[in-house]
Amino acid sequence: MLGIVGTVPSEDFPLVTGEIALVDGIIRIEDKFVPVNRGTPALMAAAFIIAKTLGQPAPVAYLAGDIGRGRGSRNLYKYLVEHVMSMRLETLTFHYLQPIVHWHNRLQALLEDMRSRPRLIADAGFMYVAKMSGHADMYDLFTPDVGELAFLADESAPHPFYTRGFILHDEHRVPELIARAYDHNNSARYMIVKGKKDYLAHRDGILATVDSPVEEALEAMGGTGDTLTGIVSALIDSGLTIEDAAITAMKINRIAGSYARPTPATQVIEIINHIPKALAEVFQL
Amino acid sequence: MAFFGLLKGRKEKQTSDPDGRNDRGLLIFENTSEVIQAENILKQAGWNIKVMGPPPEIQRGCDLVIDFPLIEELNILRILENEHIPPLEMVPVAGPLLQPVDIFHIKDFGRYLMVRAANMKITVDKETGHIVNVSGGGCPDVPYLAYEMVGHTLADAPSPRDIGHTLCGYALHLAYEEVKRQCSV
Repeated sequence: MLGIVGTVPSEDFPLVTGEIALVDGIIRIEDKFVPVNRGTPALMAAAFIIAKTLGQPAPVAYLAGDIGRGRGSRNLYKYLVEHVMSMRLETLTFHYLQPIVHWHNRLQALLEDMRSRPRLIADAGFMYVAKMSGHADMYDLFTPDVGELAFLADESAPHPFYTRGFILHDEHRVPELIARAYDHNNSARYMIVKGKKDYLAHRDGILATVDSPVEEALEAMGGTGDTLTGIVSALIDSGLTIEDAAITAMKINRIAGSYARPTPATQVIEIINHIPKALAEVFQL
Repeated sequence: MAFFGLLKGRKEKQTSDPDGRNDRGLLIFENTSEVIQAENILKQAGWNIKVMGPPPEIQRGCDLVIDFPLIEELNILRILENEHIPPLEMVPVAGPLLQPVDIFHIKDFGRYLMVRAANMKITVDKETGHIVNVSGGGCPDVPYLAYEMVGHTLADAPSPRDIGHTLCGYALHLAYEEVKRQCSV
């Protein structure tokens, strides 16, 4: 089963856990409803659609409200530290959380002690804190965009805001930045770099690239990276290898994006709606 | 032998953070009176901070600094500015000489203009001045900022500096200022 940890932009939203459902474009967890626009709800919606289409169990959410003050994130870290050892998950994806190193390290120590550890996927704030902590290589998959890749490649930067200027966020330098991130042990076992061309890489180099179909407008849209992380999480949980899941996810996300005929003003729900069709095309269902 | 050599090489390059300090920053002030005032204000507001001596790399300000949670730089800066004691500088503990990103990436989609600062992107409809998308980032205020800003014009949208809390919010503020400059708002 897939677990997804993240936040929603509301101070009043309590910590909720439970199976994810997607009803009329709205995420439902127990008695709570969350609109799908971007961020963790977009990731959850994409993962739910993939899991449902493949006949897998619905992912389980660990969700709290946080608008950047960190309160909801701290509650989530605390919940995970108290419960992670008893969770029965094969895959665990971490997303929008406030990067807090001491909480990360408490959780990471427990995960390391697990006899059978779930596949660990990190994106957004949790990917930042995994790198900040110096324990990035414990994770199985990171999913940075090119700006975040530059942060992973800069061994000195504690946050993308402080990435040094000479490490340019340049699409043409992606292979070099990937190598630099691995050279300093600042990436997971695998990484997907989302961009004009998507890359799958590990310590020994680039394993695959997917560059079609091309929709330039996707770069401007919020949430397209979130959907990719959701798709790959659900595919890994379905039993695919990380390599096969990553290549398949990159294709599905790009095809769904293309079906949406996006402009820079398109919202991510329009892409999510095309994921079943894109999945069918890639799997030739 | 080669295997042990590989392990040794990895250990030397490990960017470990044994003290858990990579998410901390330092507030630098002109004089110790400001440090004491700032300490009182932040502690009363419940912040996890402490006063300490500056590291040798810092050659400016007085001989005391305040250690604070770096991610929430924008939130703390706003509190201190409201109390009229802005710091001279805010720097990461991990690299006191590091500077905020100052390179902007600009992409013109024709009708739409996108500006990226660090990991944050903002896209504006040039014809109407509306913010049509906010993307990138990883801190929890990013979806909140997107929710508050998308659909508003550059002239009437709330500034990320006023409602954001984290370094991602700060990066979005830089992108927002640059897109306003590009669109001459």
